[in-house]
Formats: sequence, C-alpha cells, structure tokens
Amino acid sequence: MGRPVAYNVNEKKLENDISIANMPEGHQGEGFFATSLNKVVGLARKNSIWPLPFATSCCGIEFMATMGSHYDLARFGSERVGFSPRQCDLLMVMGTIAKKMGPVVKQVYLQMAEPRWVIAVGACACSGGIFDTYSVLQGIDQVVPVDVYVPGCPPRPEAIIDGVMRIQDLIGKESLRRRNGDRYKALLEGYAIQ
Amino acid sequence: MSLTNDRIKERLVEKFGEQVSAFSEPYGMLTFEAPKELNLKVLNFLYDDEELKFRFLTDLQAVHYPDDKGRELAVVYHLHNLVDNVRIRFKVFTDIKTPDVYTATGLFSGANWMERETYDFFGVNFVGHPNLKRILNVDEMDYFPMRKEYPLEDQTRIDKDDEMFGRG
Repeated sequence: MGRPVAYNVNEKKLENDISIANMPEGHQGEGFFATSLNKVVGLARKNSIWPLPFATSCCGIEFMATMGSHYDLARFGSERVGFSPRQCDLLMVMGTIAKKMGPVVKQVYLQMAEPRWVIAVGACACSGGIFDTYSVLQGIDQVVPVDVYVPGCPPRPEAIIDGVMRIQDLIGKESLRRRNGDRYKALLEGYAIQ
Repeated sequence: MSLTNDRIKERLVEKFGEQVSAFSEPYGMLTFEAPKELNLKVLNFLYDDEELKFRFLTDLQAVHYPDDKGRELAVVYHLHNLVDNVRIRFKVFTDIKTPDVYTATGLFSGANWMERETYDFFGVNFVGHPNLKRILNVDEMDYFPMRKEYPLEDQTRIDKDDEMFGRG
C-alpha cells in the first residue's frame, strides 16, 4: 500500500517551459504600454524579495528544506538569501525567541531599510508556542510588527512557501504611499520605533 | 579505591564534629550538610587536606524547598577529587528571608559564573562575590524564576485559551 498522498492530486499542467509573472492591467498598443507606477513597482518588488533568515531552532531546519532543490523558494524570486539586514526586504523569524533575544530581533528589524516586511514562522515566533514560560518572548509581535504568521510546529516547507506567497500578495498590492501614512507611523510608534 | 566514603566521613567528623550532619549515600555518592556559616571552612578543609584533595568544583546550584520553613533554600556544591576520582555532594541550607551565603569565588574561580546563575534563578545572595548580577535572564527581571512560589506560565496573558493548554 502506498502512502496516502504520493503525488499532487491537483496537478497543474505545464503551460510554458518558463513561467513569467503576469502583466499588470494597463493600456497597450504598438510600441507602448501604460500602467500605474504602483503596479510596476509592486510587480518588481514582489518577485525579487531578499529574505533575511533569523533562524533559531527547528523551524529554521524546515526553512533550509524550503531553500533546497525539492521545494525551492527560488522559484518565487527569492533566490538570494541575504545575511545582512541592510540588504534585505523580508525578515523571516523562525524559531523560539527568548526574552533576551527580543532586543536583537528589534535591532535587526531597525537595521533593515524601508520598505520591509516580517514573517513569523512557526508557533514559537507567532505566540511563544509551547514555551509559555518566564524566559520566552510570547510572540515576536511584542517587539516588531508582523505581516504574516505561519502556524505549525514546525510548519512544513509548503506552509513556509504559502507564507512567502502571501507576503508577495501584500507587497504587490501595497500602495507606494503606505509607508508615509499616519496609520503606518502610528503602528511603528506603537513599537517605539521612530 | 584508596579514598572511601567512610574515610571521608571519618575525616570530616574528626575536624568538624557534630556540625557536619545528615550523611547519606544516594547512588553511592557521599552527601552531607553543614551550617551555612561554615561553608567556606568545610570547602577549604576539603580542598587543603592532603588526603581528601577535593580541588575541583564540578557544579554549584540551589534547590528550593518551600515547605521546609527556616531552611527553604539549599545551596549544593558538587566536588571532585581528581586524583582518586571521587565525587561528593555538600549542602548548606539557608532561610529564604536572609539568603546570604559566603561566596566560594576565592577558592574556586569557576564558582563566579555558577554563583551568578544561582543568584539569577534562586536569589541566593553570595556575600563577597565580585560581580553578583543576572547572567542568563533579562536584566529587567524583578523576580527569581526557579523559586517555587512563582507560577511557570505568565499570568498576565489573555490571548492563550486555558482550555487549549490543559489547565482550564
């Protein structure tokens, strides 16, 4: 007897040898294409995310599988994992963050340039997980704002990829003025970030 | 084996008489206690004595016995004689209201971090320690987390449903 799920039952037919991102809505004619700047920038940003892995425990191991050839996060434009926060767009916090590590996470977040996004991978980063105790930060959203939460203990690589795709959705639809908005400033002030 | 538990006990009783007490041998390891004022004298004797030669401090930590009034905190020293390969366990008990114990840093440099850790988690005040401050926990912490009077979980949380964590 085989494994219950040995292959993808909803197989997607290969449309082209190389799939490329869809063109945004706009007007086109011979030799020109007109669309809004929002969409072009969003398209460029979402397909070239540089993730910064902040891996502290087992979720980090799942992330390594996600970057490996079998799951291959590079298919989503995140080929280049950066290890300097100043180069990166997406902070991926994977694993238990002890209270003593909290200021480090915040420091890393502060060193990233705007626009920046944060994804909390796994139960510990989302809520402290099973470590409901004196030494563990009960969710990284206590020190930095989080865009996407990926549940699981640890989440499978598919879940991490799903989280990254949701980040891509957010990035693609984000207004260029969002980071200057009052609401965003109030959010950062809520975390005492200037 | 040249140095037996009986011989160590004999030497200690010879030197300190009634003041060393509660001898036992759980799993073959000699365990005894002394008044906390004597801890350095006992450690020094164990270190200097030409026969005993307990010159390595393997570990130092505390235990909290909340029901044992007047001697709630036990500070436990694990000592090792590297020549004869013998280990012993030495305890001093202290009142939790005045948890002052003399520091062993003068005798064992390795006690520095261990005493800081013991202070960090149990609040034992090691008198004479050169730098007695928190080592593992965050500096802002205002309690000693391994004492049994503190609940393990953070009581201020409202987002975790007790039903889901088996304590509803």
